[in-house]
Amino acid sequence: MKPKLIQGNEACVEGAVRAGLTFFAGYPITPSSEIAEYVSGVLPRLGGKFIQMEDEIASASAIIGASIAGAKAMTATSGPGFSLMQETIGYAGMAEIPCVFIDVQRGGPSTGLPTLPSQGDFMQVMWGSHGDHPIAAVAPWSAAETVELMVTAFNISEEFRMPTVVLLDEVIGHVREGVDLSLFDNLHVVERMKPKEKPEDYIPFRRRPGEITPLANFGEGYRYHITGLTHDERGFSTLKPNEIDANIRALVSKMDMVSKKYASSYSFLMDDADFVVFAYGCSARVAKRAVTLARQKGIKAGLLRPRLVWPFPEHELRNLGSHVREILVPELNMGQAVREVERAVAGKTKVTRLSKVDGELFDPEEILEAITKG
Amino acid sequence: MPVAPVTKVVTGYLRPHKRFPSVWCAGCGVGIVMGAFLRAVNSLGIDRNKIVVVSGIGCTSRMPVYLDFCGLHTTHGRAIAFATGIKFAKPELTVVVIMGDGDAIAIGGNHFIHAARRNIDLTAIVVNNETYGMTGGQYSPTTPQGSSGSTARHGNIEPPFDICDLARASGATYVAREAVYNARRLETLIAGGIKKRGFSLIEAVSNCYTVYGRYNDFKSQIDMLRWQKEHAVPIQSWQKLPPEEKNSKFSTGVLFQKDAPEYVDEYDKLIERLGGKTGGAKSES
Ligand SMILES: Cc1ncc(C[n+]2csc(CCOP(=O)(O)OP(=O)(O)O)c2C)c(N)n1
Repeated sequence: MKPKLIQGNEACVEGAVRAGLTFFAGYPITPSSEIAEYVSGVLPRLGGKFIQMEDEIASASAIIGASIAGAKAMTATSGPGFSLMQETIGYAGMAEIPCVFIDVQRGGPSTGLPTLPSQGDFMQVMWGSHGDHPIAAVAPWSAAETVELMVTAFNISEEFRMPTVVLLDEVIGHVREGVDLSLFDNLHVVERMKPKEKPEDYIPFRRRPGEITPLANFGEGYRYHITGLTHDERGFSTLKPNEIDANIRALVSKMDMVSKKYASSYSFLMDDADFVVFAYGCSARVAKRAVTLARQKGIKAGLLRPRLVWPFPEHELRNLGSHVREILVPELNMGQAVREVERAVAGKTKVTRLSKVDGELFDPEEILEAITKG
Repeated sequence: MPVAPVTKVVTGYLRPHKRFPSVWCAGCGVGIVMGAFLRAVNSLGIDRNKIVVVSGIGCTSRMPVYLDFCGLHTTHGRAIAFATGIKFAKPELTVVVIMGDGDAIAIGGNHFIHAARRNIDLTAIVVNNETYGMTGGQYSPTTPQGSSGSTARHGNIEPPFDICDLARASGATYVAREAVYNARRLETLIAGGIKKRGFSLIEAVSNCYTVYGRYNDFKSQIDMLRWQKEHAVPIQSWQKLPPEEKNSKFSTGVLFQKDAPEYVDEYDKLIERLGGKTGGAKSES
């Protein structure tokens, strides 16, 4: 098939449709709006549902409602909207409802820089909602990879019954690239597990180590209760310490399960690297060029790019820490992923942060300079 | 004697292994609304597997715990937005949203007016206790001007919303109000709202004697019911009242009704126009 010129934002929709998307609710915000625009054309033709809600809180709520009714559902937004969604994201975590959130990052804080790139939401994904809750995030670096990782995001979400984020940045959202979409037509798609037991025997939040309880869609004969309150296995609120504890631990244990099954990163010239650049999204694209330039200068540089960014690839970094001399983390923020890198390597090697917050992309030379200094 | 059959109908719809005593104060009107709702469901003969009850946060919003339907207890104010997703994704479901006044028109006001504007087929039951019950009697957007609350120690200076006026102005196609004192009429109005295709709003006036009453002159549940008896006036009679009396009393019954295109139906037409296939999410695949 011939490559088609598509934007990263459009690629989100192409990927989502391949994952089985049937429901989208959203509210426009730059630089994510093209996702809503494109999906509003695509979904009704496929018999799916598109709705423009009154705000982001409504959008997040609507996709969770739709998901409980059996839809594969997603929304798309950018920083300010993502902030508004946080309470609902926590709800999806607590109530164990699959749903996908696309966050196309822009400069912040507040309304910040609507049209300029940033990577300032990295921590918001994990820590934006209150309480300990599971969440996964993938971060593609191209339009083509966006198609693929959208499917991964839906798969994680459906398999583990939890919210999943696709973390883009303005550059990846708006870049136009030739993509051969037929390459993504046969990706493995996870379908939601349905309960096999009779409705009377169904326990919607059963806590068995390492197991995820199938989710019964509303309206299919299983009458049960879902709440955002801390609840027992049947879904009713509880104040019993052992049940509270079991609830939260079961939620958080999903992070490990996702990490084991879905950890994924891209390595470039890593085999003999002693200087590693750790970057994701648009910064990783630039870093790849910088690494190539560094090699030309005889520096053994390599690029490590996480595709699954939450759960954070801490084992991989811990291992790296013992045999490389430095890890450089270029980010379009004042230092977010770098904290996780520092935590993972625990002082075993030097970690350097390179922050850029002027609304511009990194230049390969800037990263190269940081590499040659190291 | 009507009492025995009424009770039997209600208990038949409660979750078998749940959950009494309830969180509600003895004599609270929310239980009366629950009974009226269940009798309405029974009278309409709706398959209980096809009903979803969605609520937000508050005393009223605890209702889905007790009902043997699919129940979704969501976040404060967002029940209608969750319900919109459910109804839109699976239109064959009967989706009823049960909320307090704060839930529905303070924090949830935006969702309330937009669901009404879309005229999506939801039935919203708002139990108006004129206060934030669960958090302890703070004033709400329906607290009468001049009355007191835990955050209105010197008397509320804000004018209240009329929930029914708001629903009507926003586009709801069925708007009704009744006091819990008139439980049987409330039941009929709820049944009417569920039957009506489009956004229906039923306001159930049910003053909170526990916390609202503490700050005002209601000493008991009985005081509350007596107040309702004296102030609830069927719409036909209310219209004939002189203006002063209109202000101090409230109208009940179906206050407004109209026919208008329903949201999910309109979307299905759009899908058909595009040659797509209708029928909601492919939940069975
Ligand atoms: C986002 C958010 N803000 C505030 C609260 C605290 N809160 C819980 S219930 C409630 C108000 C309840 O009043 P109402 O909706 O009228 O219901 P009632 O308890 O009177 O039935 C509030 C403010 C919350 N749970 N979530």
